[in-house]
Amino acid sequence: MQAPIQAPAASVPAPSGAPVVALRGVTKRFPGVTASDNVTVEIRSGEVHVLLGENGAGKSTLVAMLAGLQQPDEGHIEIDGAPVAVTSPKQALAMGIGTVFQHSMLVPSLTVVDNFALGGVWWKRPDRAGIAGRIEETAKRLGLRVDPYALVSGLALGERQQVEILRALMRGSRCLILDEATAMLTPHEAVGLGELMRRLVAQGIAVIFITHKLNEAIAYGDRISVLRLGRNVGEIGPETLRSATDAENTERIIALMFGTSRAGEGSRGEHRTRVVGDSVLQVENLCSEAGRVPVRDVTFSVRSGEIFGIAGIDGNGQKELAEVLAGQAQSSAGSIRLMGREIGGTSVGDRRKSGLRYVTDDRLGEGTVGIFAVATNFLLKDIGAAPYWQRGIEHPEEIRRQADRHVQDFDIRTPGIQTPVGKLSGGNIQKVLLARELTGAAQAVIFAKPTYGLDVNNIRATRKRIGGAADAGKAVVLISTDLDELLELADRIAVIDRGSIRGIVENGEGARDAIGRLMSAGDDR
Amino acid sequence: MTDEQAIAQPAQQSHGRATRDSSANASLRVLAVSIGPLIAALVVGAILLLAMGFNPVSYYSYVVQRAIFSPSGLEATLTRMGPLLLIAASLIVAFRAGIWNLGGDGQYLLAAVFVAATVPLTMNVLPVWANLLLGLLIGAVVGAIWGILPAILKAWQGINEIITTLMMSFLGVSLANVLVKLAFLDPATTTPQTRTLPVEARLPRLFDTATSSGLLIGLFAVIAVHLIMTRTSFGMRLRLVGANPRAAVHAGLSVPTLTVAVFAISAALAGLSGAVDILGTHGNVRADWNPAYTLTVVPLVFLARLNGFGSIAYVFLFSALTIGGESAARRIGVPSFFSLVIVAILLITLGLAEYLDKRHQERVRR
Ligand SMILES: Nc1ncnc2c1ncn2[C@@H]1O[C@H](COP(=O)(O)OP(=O)(O)OP(=O)(O)O)[C@@H](O)[C@H]1O
Ligand SMILES: [Mg+2]
Repeated sequence: MQAPIQAPAASVPAPSGAPVVALRGVTKRFPGVTASDNVTVEIRSGEVHVLLGENGAGKSTLVAMLAGLQQPDEGHIEIDGAPVAVTSPKQALAMGIGTVFQHSMLVPSLTVVDNFALGGVWWKRPDRAGIAGRIEETAKRLGLRVDPYALVSGLALGERQQVEILRALMRGSRCLILDEATAMLTPHEAVGLGELMRRLVAQGIAVIFITHKLNEAIAYGDRISVLRLGRNVGEIGPETLRSATDAENTERIIALMFGTSRAGEGSRGEHRTRVVGDSVLQVENLCSEAGRVPVRDVTFSVRSGEIFGIAGIDGNGQKELAEVLAGQAQSSAGSIRLMGREIGGTSVGDRRKSGLRYVTDDRLGEGTVGIFAVATNFLLKDIGAAPYWQRGIEHPEEIRRQADRHVQDFDIRTPGIQTPVGKLSGGNIQKVLLARELTGAAQAVIFAKPTYGLDVNNIRATRKRIGGAADAGKAVVLISTDLDELLELADRIAVIDRGSIRGIVENGEGARDAIGRLMSAGDDR
Repeated sequence: MTDEQAIAQPAQQSHGRATRDSSANASLRVLAVSIGPLIAALVVGAILLLAMGFNPVSYYSYVVQRAIFSPSGLEATLTRMGPLLLIAASLIVAFRAGIWNLGGDGQYLLAAVFVAATVPLTMNVLPVWANLLLGLLIGAVVGAIWGILPAILKAWQGINEIITTLMMSFLGVSLANVLVKLAFLDPATTTPQTRTLPVEARLPRLFDTATSSGLLIGLFAVIAVHLIMTRTSFGMRLRLVGANPRAAVHAGLSVPTLTVAVFAISAALAGLSGAVDILGTHGNVRADWNPAYTLTVVPLVFLARLNGFGSIAYVFLFSALTIGGESAARRIGVPSFFSLVIVAILLITLGLAEYLDKRHQERVRR
């Protein structure tokens, strides 16, 4: 950790010092939207500066400008009080701005080490062993678990996020930007990252932290700026933050974010029991060697109207289990039965036809096609289906009508339904995915981290829809790293660790502790 | 819900204003970006011609005169378009589905050889139209057969099709030559070539001109492929596989089956191109003949962004350049491959134009 912190040694005495980085009157327009509208923000050394705002408010756009990926149309960026033009990511790094982006910037076909070596000079052979050593050492100090020689494409999204945090820190930044870095972490890991941020600012680094979880913002932030429709609508300074209670702070933030104080996690904790019916999805002794984490002897069954939660640290076989269930990966033993019928040997398409749906968490990698229009992405899993196609011929009118309806129902912020989905904000891409998956008939639905990247209002709406799916008699498997989400929605919760189920807990009194015990039992090994 | 929509309103309104302001500018820019590079390419070509000691003005005017403004030249240009358009169709299907079928030359030539070997024999027992249909069918089937191996290797083993199709293409071209020299030799002539389909038995001419109806087949194929790729569910599936194979798997498509289908269609179209060229223009295949259309059409379909109608325009331009260039080679002495040089320069100037346009847009916004 010595290297990264060399620069601000002088500024250590003043914990909340002068602005290291500042945005002054910055405006950024994209076709159809003003993503940043005359934004002024000052980032001081020794402070965690939290950026909050609903999906599409313009947070990631600010990050892109600081990281050199985008240039402001108006206004400028200042570093140490001097105006600068950040024209490339390389330059941003050289100026001491390190970034963990919302969507992975790692090269999937390379190992972790090789990804770290990419920034090096081209005429020197990278010192892979040396880099691997430093990765392991830093990871250990930060309490992260990273295998330097793992192929990035085999890592779960949460693990990729950890790798990116590590990379940004190892490059010696004075200003560290974390765009939704906790979205994929378990509460425990998120606390770890929060403590890490506190340690970093104590050493004089400036941190920009973007999150949708208000409790994290209040717990780890020194200063909070709220964005709305691209504008900076308010800042809460350290004094106010510290003097007010958490509840007051939350209320103030929500009022700034949405213009009302009617939002938040109102339904927290009041988990409803539903009328459960017959068993719909039965999984017995399921094994698979297809992925990086082998799935070992998984057995569970989900009944109609029931939500079965799967908790665990990301990268413990959740992705592999979901893919085996959906048919994207081969099982090596065991059986999967849907409505009593064995589906273990059938293709992805056939399983879908017989009523099994898989809502992936990899929204850019496989869930959507970035260059395709929003309207097209709504139909990726229904190509050829009536009424959108008739005898194989496309009916644009129907496609447009459905797209308009989805955009309205799911409050998707997009310039138009023909906009390529890759141009939307992270949360809005997620909404496109959910709109596609939450409509239509199904017997059983597997959700992988359905609310990741959504703002509080959209999380509430999505959770309500997942509950609604179960109310309508579907069997729901809910994979999540967010324990609160599971406790709010699930009827039973399983804990997965290294590819096998540690135990299954009935949701209710004491469930949180029971799950915590199961999860930490895994850590001990 | 309602107040959130109210918030979303202003953003949408400002969007409307912004697009209206820039629409006049935008169409001008599109024009500049598409015509400018062509002019630039011709100017660079002129400089090269000057350096080679030729008069560029007389070269260009001669090419245009011969290829477009003389009736026989225009007919030759249009006739040449037939096989080229079929190759373009073959490439558009494959590239849009993300598959690099670069084996068109082998597929084309083998098909041509089998067609030339068969139709002069069957013409005695079949009516002309049936004989021509048989020829087209043979071409398509032979082409498709030559695509099977790379298709299977790609679909189930994931072996890179660029390498396998190129290798199959070398094999196909050599095999075609061997067949012409050994198996399908016309015993009546001394030059090594196949039997010749008499002019009366070839594809009919269009109206009263010398233009072969192969042009219609080519136009039909390109437009059909364009419509299939953009308007049908089959085309949508192929585009999904091409854009993101993982998303295609996730959506439940059978990627191997679609891969084989793409190869079959693409290779059949390349084979059809060979059949049309024999049935419409050449009538026979001489030993060591290989026009190598595929690798020259690849840049054209990319210039057209894999758009069928754009490809027709570029194929016309290229066809005219080669027909005119061939005459110019005889009359002025500029080598006939100079038309390829122009295409290459055009690729570069178009790329540059796009880059400059992007930079310009960024600067305007700032
Ligand atoms: N490259 C781009 N091209 C066009 N529009 C873009 C681009 N990047 C962002 N936008 C638009 O700018 C707006 C702000 O997006 P941004 O990604 O900054 O939101 P965000 O606050 O990070 O949201 P989220 O919480 O969903 O990640 C959105 O309307 C988005 O569609
Ligand atoms: Mg974002």
